Amino acid sequence: MRERNDGSGPAVSTAGLVKAFGDNRAVDGIDLTIEPGMVFGLLGPNGAGKTTTIRMLATLLQPDEGTATVLGHDVVRDADEVRSRVSMTGQYASVDEDLTGTENLVMIARLLGYDKAGARDRAAELLDAFGLADAADRQIKNYSGGMRRRIDIAASIVVPPDLIFLDEPTTGLDPRSRNQVWEVVRALVADGTTVLLTTQYLDEADQLADRIAVIDHGKVIAEGTSSELKASVGAGALHVRVRDGDRREEARAMLERSLGVSVNLESDGISLSARVDDALRVPAALTELNDAAIEVTEFSLGQPSLDEVFLALTGRPAEEIEPDGRPNADEPAEREGATL
Amino acid sequence: MTDSTADLIATDGALADGKLKSVLAVRERPPRPSGVTASLTFGWRAMLKIKHVPEQLFDVTMFPIMFTLLFTYLFGGALAGSPTEYIQVLLPGILVQAVVFITMYAGMGLNTDIKKGVFDRFRSMPIWRPAPMVGLLLGDALRFVLASIVVLALGLIIGFRPEGGPLGVIAGVALTILFAFSISWVWTLLGLVMRTPEAVLNTSMTVLFPVIFASNIFVDPATMPGWLESVVDLNPITHLTSAVRGLMGGDVAASDLVWVFASSAVLIAVFAPLTMRVYGRK
Repeated sequence: MRERNDGSGPAVSTAGLVKAFGDNRAVDGIDLTIEPGMVFGLLGPNGAGKTTTIRMLATLLQPDEGTATVLGHDVVRDADEVRSRVSMTGQYASVDEDLTGTENLVMIARLLGYDKAGARDRAAELLDAFGLADAADRQIKNYSGGMRRRIDIAASIVVPPDLIFLDEPTTGLDPRSRNQVWEVVRALVADGTTVLLTTQYLDEADQLADRIAVIDHGKVIAEGTSSELKASVGAGALHVRVRDGDRREEARAMLERSLGVSVNLESDGISLSARVDDALRVPAALTELNDAAIEVTEFSLGQPSLDEVFLALTGRPAEEIEPDGRPNADEPAEREGATL
Repeated sequence: MTDSTADLIATDGALADGKLKSVLAVRERPPRPSGVTASLTFGWRAMLKIKHVPEQLFDVTMFPIMFTLLFTYLFGGALAGSPTEYIQVLLPGILVQAVVFITMYAGMGLNTDIKKGVFDRFRSMPIWRPAPMVGLLLGDALRFVLASIVVLALGLIIGFRPEGGPLGVIAGVALTILFAFSISWVWTLLGLVMRTPEAVLNTSMTVLFPVIFASNIFVDPATMPGWLESVVDLNPITHLTSAVRGLMGGDVAASDLVWVFASSAVLIAVFAPLTMRVYGRK
């Protein structure tokens, strides 16, 4: 572990960041502070403004309004300094499909100042570490989705950056490949690199991110740790199963009375569920059931899932607003923004 | 040749955990490369692309061969008395046409890179800003030279006899390539601002076709209606063709050379900064 940030300032700091494409305010006043060494997740559906935000921070787009500093450097005025400290891994496999894995990494190493022999050594070392040694001399267009994502990340750490932007690193990947990308992210963090990742997957943000900002329509609608976000929605989800289905109605009435919330009957005929605001009232309610000789075979009081968090924050479930989950569907307006 | 393995899916391996730690632990931050090194690296990339996708050389070899043979034998008799007479006038023009047509691919290549996201990576790296563009043009230089060799070799076989000798011929090719580099900046700008590679290609073709044909490449402008003759006289391609004919024929007019240098300078002065401006902003 090493300190990759000079000084004590935040790794990323933005104030009132705005980017519009025509009438579409893709990013509409985003304020973020990201401390060095953490994994920060930008969570939101397609078109929420995640990619546009990350592209501004990586100096690929200039903000229309507001300011952003990365590792203490302004992304517009000190763009070159920012570029020498960060790496960007886009939704697109941003390596050259026509070239082989080795050729791509050698090219990037050369561009970063390695001499020819050094570049070849570095490329071989990276391919080996990323499990791509056997595919080193194949063109990228013959790589599987997971391999592509890994070579893309490998290309981003030819010179390990202080801050890495991962734009939807696992979109469209199978579970094994996704786990491999997660492993890489964890290795990066263990090494002291700050990671800013965007994702549409709630469990990914939950798994990886120390802090999460939920973005919708170009604005941050909630920010905090995964637990904080969940806590802001309510204490949790109560699930109770009774042995005797005939007594379920009775149990429901008792629970509703003692918890003060509505209780749902599940389709299995023996389960009940409820969203509770005050978890401390749950033990008393269960005791009441016990006293009435209603036998409970199973109960759980869990934190709400991030899906529930998203629903509570936006009024829409996360799934409904990502109809296809295609990897490249985010913010088409941005790609088509410039025309002749 | 294409990779024999192109149709095979590469085999996947496993992450090597310990090795992952050690590749990340590298502290070395090599000194920043010069603009020349960066440009040459992108030029190397262009060569690799030709190596992996050799089909793209079809345009720089087959088209010039087709045009040279077609025009020489179809029109030679009618326009100059015989194909052998005609090729003496036509060949420098066909060379200009072949090379200038190839410049279109610069814009298309750039646009494809943008669509595939490769340019995002380059733009997020601390390198000399024009390097990716200059590298693309270096790759084009190889195409220009190849097309020139093909046209000249074929011309010599079917009877082209340049009186300016080898030096005159080389000077003519060099002048053509200089102009090609200059006009390429127009297409790189298009490549940056347009939506699809196809749109870039269509637009550049629409511009290039009239510019190339409304010149003195194929026929003597004196045979054209007066208004067209004045247009042809203003066309830089006309002066380039005259200059290349002059250099290869051992008798070049200074005014044609001045025209070519001046129009090249104007093209670069206008379109290179515009390209870089759009590139920086995009």
